[in-house]
Amino acid sequence: MAMTPDAAVRKRFEDRADVQLRKRHLPLIIGRATDTREARRRDIFAELDLPGLRNAAEAVRAHTVANLHTYLDRFAERAEARGTKVFFAATAEEAVSYVRTLAAKRGARLIAKAKSMASEEIHLSPALEADGIEVVETDLGEYIVQLAKEPPSHIIAPAVHKSRTEIARLLAAHHGRSLPDDPEVLTAFAREVLRRTFLEADIGISGVNFGVAETGSLALVTNEGNGRMVTSLPPVHVAIMGMERIVPSFEELSLLLPMLVASATGRPVSTYFSFINGPRLPDEVDGPEEVHVVVLDNGRSKILGTEYQSILHCIRCGACQNVCPVYRQVGGHGYGAVYGGPIGAVLTPLLVGFEKAGDLPHASSLCGACTEVCPVKIPLHEQLLALRRDVAREQKPVVEGLAFRAWSTAWRRPWGYRLLARLARAGQGMFVRGGRIRKAPPPLSRWTNRRDLPPVARRTFRERWKDR
Amino acid sequence: MPPRRASLFVTCLVDLLYPEVGEASVALLEDLGVEVDFPEAQTCCGQPAFNSGFEEDARRVASGLLDAMESAEAVVSPSGSCTAMVRSHYVHLFHGTKDERRAEALAAKTFELTEFVVDVLGVDHLPGRWEGRVTYHDSCHGLRELGLTGQGRGLLAGIEGLELVEMARPEMCCGFGGTFSVRLPEVATAMADDKIAQSEETGADVIVSGDSGCLMHLAGRLSRTRSRLRPMHVATLLARARGLAPASR
Repeated sequence: MAMTPDAAVRKRFEDRADVQLRKRHLPLIIGRATDTREARRRDIFAELDLPGLRNAAEAVRAHTVANLHTYLDRFAERAEARGTKVFFAATAEEAVSYVRTLAAKRGARLIAKAKSMASEEIHLSPALEADGIEVVETDLGEYIVQLAKEPPSHIIAPAVHKSRTEIARLLAAHHGRSLPDDPEVLTAFAREVLRRTFLEADIGISGVNFGVAETGSLALVTNEGNGRMVTSLPPVHVAIMGMERIVPSFEELSLLLPMLVASATGRPVSTYFSFINGPRLPDEVDGPEEVHVVVLDNGRSKILGTEYQSILHCIRCGACQNVCPVYRQVGGHGYGAVYGGPIGAVLTPLLVGFEKAGDLPHASSLCGACTEVCPVKIPLHEQLLALRRDVAREQKPVVEGLAFRAWSTAWRRPWGYRLLARLARAGQGMFVRGGRIRKAPPPLSRWTNRRDLPPVARRTFRERWKDR
Repeated sequence: MPPRRASLFVTCLVDLLYPEVGEASVALLEDLGVEVDFPEAQTCCGQPAFNSGFEEDARRVASGLLDAMESAEAVVSPSGSCTAMVRSHYVHLFHGTKDERRAEALAAKTFELTEFVVDVLGVDHLPGRWEGRVTYHDSCHGLRELGLTGQGRGLLAGIEGLELVEMARPEMCCGFGGTFSVRLPEVATAMADDKIAQSEETGADVIVSGDSGCLMHLAGRLSRTRSRLRPMHVATLLARARGLAPASR
């Protein structure tokens, strides 16, 4: 079963976006949720030296990623010394097959899952479900999208695209009872339902926010406490960790964890910080018998050493999604892959290749809002630009290439520019009505289908200047 | 001493589609005692090709601008986006070519219009009179690549009769994005509608911006949806308020 390239990535962004745009309420729902987070983020950093913090966080990430293999080896060595099993998965298939084998060995029938984007990336749940295992998402947002049979649409808030009413309807339909669209009632209800899962699960699967190389520990941030339950109650804990999710020591962690939480939620602290040092020791009363860490490469190491290396600095806070005006309109599902918004538009083509996702770097107006908020200063919009260049080089789009060549041939000289302007003015006559063009032939129809177009002026500025 | 001479980089959009914005820019500068010239060899900054990934074509056109502005003392443009292209991206675009030095030189002397007036000429108050409610759209490249926040607003604040009303998210992109607006027209339009709805909520008569690209996109949508909101370039509004330009085309 090939998991990595999401089938949806094969479709064009434009087609997926148009599907999302038909959901007229979507920008309102997403806008409300993301604006709140962004406003809180601004508030919390207003009191702090944000430029200094960003510089420091960037430096930590840059150093760690530049020395990734050293720190990964140290992490694995220290984690194993404490009894954790570390598995390096080169591909999604390897990662999935490791977990399936483990589940089979344990005879697992129920798996409790905490939020993990890496597990979404490798399509872990569908593979386990195909083996006849029940997999239950225990993060409320993830649980909602699981019931809706949808992928998460935001890194931090998986169900950000769903209204309260939709959520109430989903839960009610699934559990065969009526529920009000009151968030508190719904949360309390989900808590009841999920409690059984924590207690009965044979395996708990989680993501990892940071792996600490110095100690081999896993750091996990959650708001609902489900992460702690998933990693401590079931007899086996499996953590799926993107290979770049490493920090050298707790000292760097003390900077990155608050940066992550504040950038993601706008709160000073998360409700739960969990630090997992390994399986239960002989003198301990609780904790899992086995802890496994699956370190996932899946295309990441080939980004190392390229001009895109800094995309691996990402700490998955989702702040770039919260401010992205394109994401606001189309939501995470428009991007056709697990990572939506600016981070996805950069990362997905690098992970799955230009053939499948070469149009994602164009899913941006290059407004730069993402670069402005990124807590580790990834120049996201500049990477989008560089990717557009690399995609054009690799794919050599014929029509577009010829068009730009013709354009640059004419416009590199003022006489060519003036000639084109005169031709446009002569040709536009039949399309201009009341001083504007309402309907133009292709490719300009892509503009005029929705917007009026101004005609070339009767006298351009340079013609007017001549007559001054 | 601020420069007394400036070369206008009018931009292709203003030259071809909105010449009155170029005239307003010249009028404003001349009124402030700046001697303005227009190097006629200029065409375009090359941004459409650059943003589409066609760097060689961008360079071909951009090198024309390097030639045209070679002897300019200062270059002033009524566009945050085209100024940002020159200032933030030329160095990268010409990196490792024979024109690298010339690109750096042009980047160092190129300014957006309101930036030039406020930060270079040191004029932060322009008396004038214009009746109406205005909301200001921060065009992205001016805002984030040039760091322009208060220059345009500050100049408008000096105009008598003008009431500046802020929309909820003035810094949010309007959806133009150059070739983005034709590559993903439906997304771009949805973004414009978002911006227009925010602007209309303020009760403003006019949405002002320092970039004709944003304004072309918004204007195209405003007239298609028969909105009463009018788009206007900040240069046009300032020139009119100061009696330097005709009240309408």
